Amino acid sequence: MEKQRYERPMIKKLESNMPNKFGMRTEYRPMTHIDNVAVKDLIDEYGSPLFVISEKTIRNNIRSARKAFETRYPKVQFAWSYKTNYLDAVCRTFHQEGSWAEVVSGFEYDKALHNGVDGSKIIFNGPDKTEEDLNKAIKNNSLIHIDHLDELYAISEIAPGLNKKAQVAIRVNMDTGIYPMWDRFGFNYENGQAWDALNKIMRTDAMELVGLHTHIGTFMLSPNAYAVAAGKLADLAIGIKDKYGHEIKYIDMGGGFASKNKLKGTYLPGTDINPSVNDFAEAITGALINSNFKPDNLPLLILETGRALIDDAANLLGTVISNKRLSDGRRSTILDVGVNILFTSFWYDHKITPAQPFTQYAEDTVLYGPLCMNIDVIRENISLPLLNKGDHVVIQHVGAYNMTQWMQFITLRPRIVMIDPENNVHVIRERETLDRLLEFEKVPDHLKTFDL
Amino acid sequence: MKIKNNIAVSDSGFVFNPATGESFSANPIGMEIMELLKKGTPTQEISNTILEKYETDAPTIDKDLHDFIQILKQYTLIEEHGKA
Ligand SMILES: Cc1ncc(COP(=O)(O)O)c(C=O)c1O
Repeated sequence: MEKQRYERPMIKKLESNMPNKFGMRTEYRPMTHIDNVAVKDLIDEYGSPLFVISEKTIRNNIRSARKAFETRYPKVQFAWSYKTNYLDAVCRTFHQEGSWAEVVSGFEYDKALHNGVDGSKIIFNGPDKTEEDLNKAIKNNSLIHIDHLDELYAISEIAPGLNKKAQVAIRVNMDTGIYPMWDRFGFNYENGQAWDALNKIMRTDAMELVGLHTHIGTFMLSPNAYAVAAGKLADLAIGIKDKYGHEIKYIDMGGGFASKNKLKGTYLPGTDINPSVNDFAEAITGALINSNFKPDNLPLLILETGRALIDDAANLLGTVISNKRLSDGRRSTILDVGVNILFTSFWYDHKITPAQPFTQYAEDTVLYGPLCMNIDVIRENISLPLLNKGDHVVIQHVGAYNMTQWMQFITLRPRIVMIDPENNVHVIRERETLDRLLEFEKVPDHLKTFDL
Repeated sequence: MKIKNNIAVSDSGFVFNPATGESFSANPIGMEIMELLKKGTPTQEISNTILEKYETDAPTIDKDLHDFIQILKQYTLIEEHGKA
């Protein structure tokens, strides 16, 4: 007689009318394939854990975001936010789709050049630009978004020596009704700092004011905050035109659109409540079109959207190491995926789906990672089907920030593969090895040997 | 060790404890084990029965069965030897 599929025995108390802190069972079907490639085959061939990026999803996301803006506004340019995910294969997918590069460090700047982005299509943001960085950026006609006065003074000293006019914008922070206000970056609108910086720029020959920039926050749930911000930048631009007769070329609204993830502490899944890119596009373009810009002379609209374009394009595959019972009777499951590679588990209740068939029986579970550390919790509580040791799970919407903020900590970082639109699998980042890591280390002679 | 006599286990996996008014739901293999426990079947024999019928291995069953019985005890559905 053929044996039946084993499922571990389970019994749970029925608590009628009790709100369930383990949330809703959102997934009743296994996720056996990603872009037509079997999860099991991916793990057999490339190991577990494994990041899997869908090129098709990235392209769909950027195309529909462009469409959302381009159908509402005449001149739109996306710039890929490198910090969100700066794997070369990911950046180049965005560049093939027409996105410029948005970087916040010398390292990211060099990576954009290495990817073949022309200097004039690199937006250089952030508070930390060294003299060397500024030199390079001025020479390459990059768009330098000034964060503070020290940077403004540094540029006015460097540019004349290079016989170049630096192409600059300022980053503006402002009250958009969202708190806490991100006032640590750039110059404040309400207290006159922004005007002060603009006056300084307009009075020097070292710089040409080409744009105005803001980035009001991240995982924003309010399209209206963008409308307020766009209106304030438009006021500044029109004020500059009135005062100096100078026209800026672009308004850069930064990033920050919420992705479809579910923030911790919210009750409904993000797919149900978060505004769509269309909602943000409507708010921003509406505010610009309704501002005092002449209809035939609207500035270029730049967007540095990060997470909303990449989160749902990546999954993290993992494997069950063990099931355990905690002292208070709760079920816990240990995965081979730790917070060191899934940084976003601190912010999100990631959706997690088994990769093999399961029954309708589920158990409230705490999901731990493999690190021997108390902080290593992937989900504090999740209702999951009865997983066995060796079963695979798919952790969804992990494309933003994880593959840049991950740490080599306790374990080696895993491979990353990308599935192309024809469903071919490509390794785009190799797994770390001990040898690679040891290349960074040096042992002083007197510590080379010991007797135990 | 035995499931208490007054505990009702329905075919659909619904378990009711009239003494406390609490109800529970079990999956099919959980019910199967409860039925065996009700008859007073020793755990080793239960392990063997499951092992013959399902695609798994002895260490997994031993671990899962032990865990399941712990939970039945926690829910006070089981009476220990010697107790009424
Ligand atoms: C200046 C700037 N632009 C764009 C982004 C991308 O933001 P998001 O991923 O929230 O869209 C960030 C991220 O913090 C940023 O600092």
